Amino acid sequence: MKIHKYDTVIVGAGGAGMRAAIEATKRSRTAVLTKLYPTRSHTGAAQGGMAAALANVEEDNWEWHTFDTVKGGDYLVDQDAAEILAKEAIDAVLDLEKMGLPFNRTPDGTIDQRRFGGHSRNHGEAPVRRSCYAADRTGHMILQTLYQNCVKEGVEFFNEFYVLDQLITEVDGVRTSAGVVAYELATGEIHVFQAKAVIYASGGTGKFFKVTSNAHTLTGDGQAACYRRGLPLEDMEFFQFHPTGIWRMGILLTEGARGEGGILRNKDGERFMEKYAPVMKDLASRDVVSRSIYTEIREGRGCGPEGDHVYLDLTHLPPEQLDAKLPDITEFARTYLGIEPYTDPIPIQPTAHYAMGGIPTNVMGEVLADNTTVVPGLYAAGEVACVSVHGANRLGTNSLLDINVFGKRAGIAAAEYSATAGYVDLPENPASFVQEQVERLRNSTGSERVSVLRRELQETMDANVMVFRTEQTIKTAVEKIAELRERYLNVSIQDKGKRFNTDLLEAIELGNLLDLAEVMAVSALARKESRGGHYREDYPNRDDVNFMRHTMAYREVGADGTETVRLDYKPVVQTRYQPMERKY
Amino acid sequence: MATPVLEKAEAGFADSPYITVTFRIRRFNPEISDEAVWQDFPIEIDPKERVLDGLHKIKWDVDGSLTFRRSCAHGICGSDAMRINGKNRLACKTLIKDINPEKPITIEAIKGLTVLKDLVVDMEPFFQAYRDVMPFLVTKGNEPTRERLQSAEDRERFDDTTKCILCAACTSSCPVFWNDGQYFGPAAIVNAHRFIFDSRDEAGEQRLEILNDKDGVWRCRTTFNCTDACPRGIEVTKAIQEVKRALITRRY
Repeated sequence: MKIHKYDTVIVGAGGAGMRAAIEATKRSRTAVLTKLYPTRSHTGAAQGGMAAALANVEEDNWEWHTFDTVKGGDYLVDQDAAEILAKEAIDAVLDLEKMGLPFNRTPDGTIDQRRFGGHSRNHGEAPVRRSCYAADRTGHMILQTLYQNCVKEGVEFFNEFYVLDQLITEVDGVRTSAGVVAYELATGEIHVFQAKAVIYASGGTGKFFKVTSNAHTLTGDGQAACYRRGLPLEDMEFFQFHPTGIWRMGILLTEGARGEGGILRNKDGERFMEKYAPVMKDLASRDVVSRSIYTEIREGRGCGPEGDHVYLDLTHLPPEQLDAKLPDITEFARTYLGIEPYTDPIPIQPTAHYAMGGIPTNVMGEVLADNTTVVPGLYAAGEVACVSVHGANRLGTNSLLDINVFGKRAGIAAAEYSATAGYVDLPENPASFVQEQVERLRNSTGSERVSVLRRELQETMDANVMVFRTEQTIKTAVEKIAELRERYLNVSIQDKGKRFNTDLLEAIELGNLLDLAEVMAVSALARKESRGGHYREDYPNRDDVNFMRHTMAYREVGADGTETVRLDYKPVVQTRYQPMERKY
Repeated sequence: MATPVLEKAEAGFADSPYITVTFRIRRFNPEISDEAVWQDFPIEIDPKERVLDGLHKIKWDVDGSLTFRRSCAHGICGSDAMRINGKNRLACKTLIKDINPEKPITIEAIKGLTVLKDLVVDMEPFFQAYRDVMPFLVTKGNEPTRERLQSAEDRERFDDTTKCILCAACTSSCPVFWNDGQYFGPAAIVNAHRFIFDSRDEAGEQRLEILNDKDGVWRCRTTFNCTDACPRGIEVTKAIQEVKRALITRRY
């Protein structure tokens, strides 16, 4: 075991982690621990753009953007945070441009902007051009630009280090972050990082679904590490299903395709979104479009022999426009489906895409231990966190924005904290939890296989807690997850070595997914209403009287060692906007 | 090693899309042996699936010790460059049907970088070469309040080289890089190109001097392996030629 000491430790090197690192490195001795090489992070898969009311191509302002964000999130958004997001968006985009990001340009040479789902002029009048973009590679460009600037600033990376535990020490009765424990993939060695400040920026948890746009590595490691140490997870029942994933594979096809004029059609060729969202049509918010697609499929208007998908039609758009604005997604259709998007519509289905919930933070990125108490020295930003700027449903282009605005805020706040704070004593035997976990898995002779349990988990999640949910389906999921958690205790791995043991890490990742799937299902069961991405067929309406509140889920361990999820609730911050019925 | 056995999935259906394919994989684990060996795995797979899907079938159902890097699984993270049937490709962007599944499909680590285990190589020299070319925008003077202006034409000038995902498929396909690890390699030159030809950048001369080094751009022998290998369709050799021309003319 090795012990390291840093002022600031950042967990994860996607957009939020590297944006934080650029700030923190200037101000404090910083280490970034990342389970992937930084440029492998899933920020690079984001396509369509980053929202900011630059008003480069038409009238726009941050207040309209705030309203759209609040409405898009079905009023579960904390409105003070949404206002910060929309206001700071403008500088966040300009910062990236100055760092070198090659945005598409207008004829005047300014940053070009395009339409995106849920973004409107003047509170819903019509779609507005707010998304700043670089073809359909905006996430790739953000990830590359941030990495380039990390190289410039000399950020210190520990690549292929898996953070598996959060260390917490009580200081005068206050739970305080003391550091993290990481596993080095190359050698199998365990490292303790003592740090004054820790920032989680480790991304989402989409791999508990089968059809997902998420990378294999998005297994909720940060959320699970904090949850296991008694910290809450907020709004985990809210998961976004992106309307246009490649049929069966789930690979993302950007909403920018519809922003450029693409149309969704059913088997009769009907532009069905006109029925569900007369104003915004194909550019309604993602939850609305995904439900509409599944309604078409359920009512027998799906495409293909099994009627299990619909079409994204780009055939009316000029090939030059597809080549210039959507080069990557058209190539995905050619590569994976053998389809030419110039002439043929692309089969799509909703795909599990984004966790609105996560580790609760305030607008400074400080992690909360309950509804109000901050955990000194602990920060989170990006998809791992829940500020909450996305509420019950995130708008497209607001996540690339979120990572930049709140990544920067967390980086500054953490470094400023570590400039004045002292080191907190490490707990006794700080690495013991990870050591035991690793040894148990390495030595286990159990009969269960990781891949089997993971497949069963993904199948039950797809079947029971996806776009449509009922009490019965969620209960089925809760029971199945409990069974899988039990069987997980009997899991074994084949690779017993120390070197690059990805077999071992996949087993640990599965444990994280199981913990988080349970939190999600239990949170969903208790929310007896429909709001944003959480749609209950048995409670089809939003219920502001009983459920205009954030879910806060805590892990409870009974005297006999049994684990349960305890739910509590936190009020929503409302400032300018009164809840209204949501129409697009 | 024991012969792997596979569960018969979907057997007996006349219209099953599954075919049997042999993956012949170059295995290496210094914890077990200093020698690398070829190992055959017969797998049942839909030919429309990816090579990565086949590797996962082996890892998840047959031999958990098979080790490779992967993440996004659709060609944008750059984790899974490997040598498939003797050619550098991304495993997640290569469909079984496109690489003659009648014969065993050979899969080995990319060349020119030290193999650490199975298909995993030491990427550090590759990233060091990248860092050495100053892969970041350098500007002088005061920053503007708003964005820097750039015409669509100036933006287009370096569009191709912004697509690089640092997968190392190009660099590890280059015979000069295989023979001399000191050569910067195509990926580093591509990333230098991305800034040299960016109208906003003011460090082109410095980068050109770095690439004028004996281990720099003149080592390129124009074999086009890099262009063939690039999973992003970047015209790598052309980019290298443009850098060479800029060194001669000092115009870019």
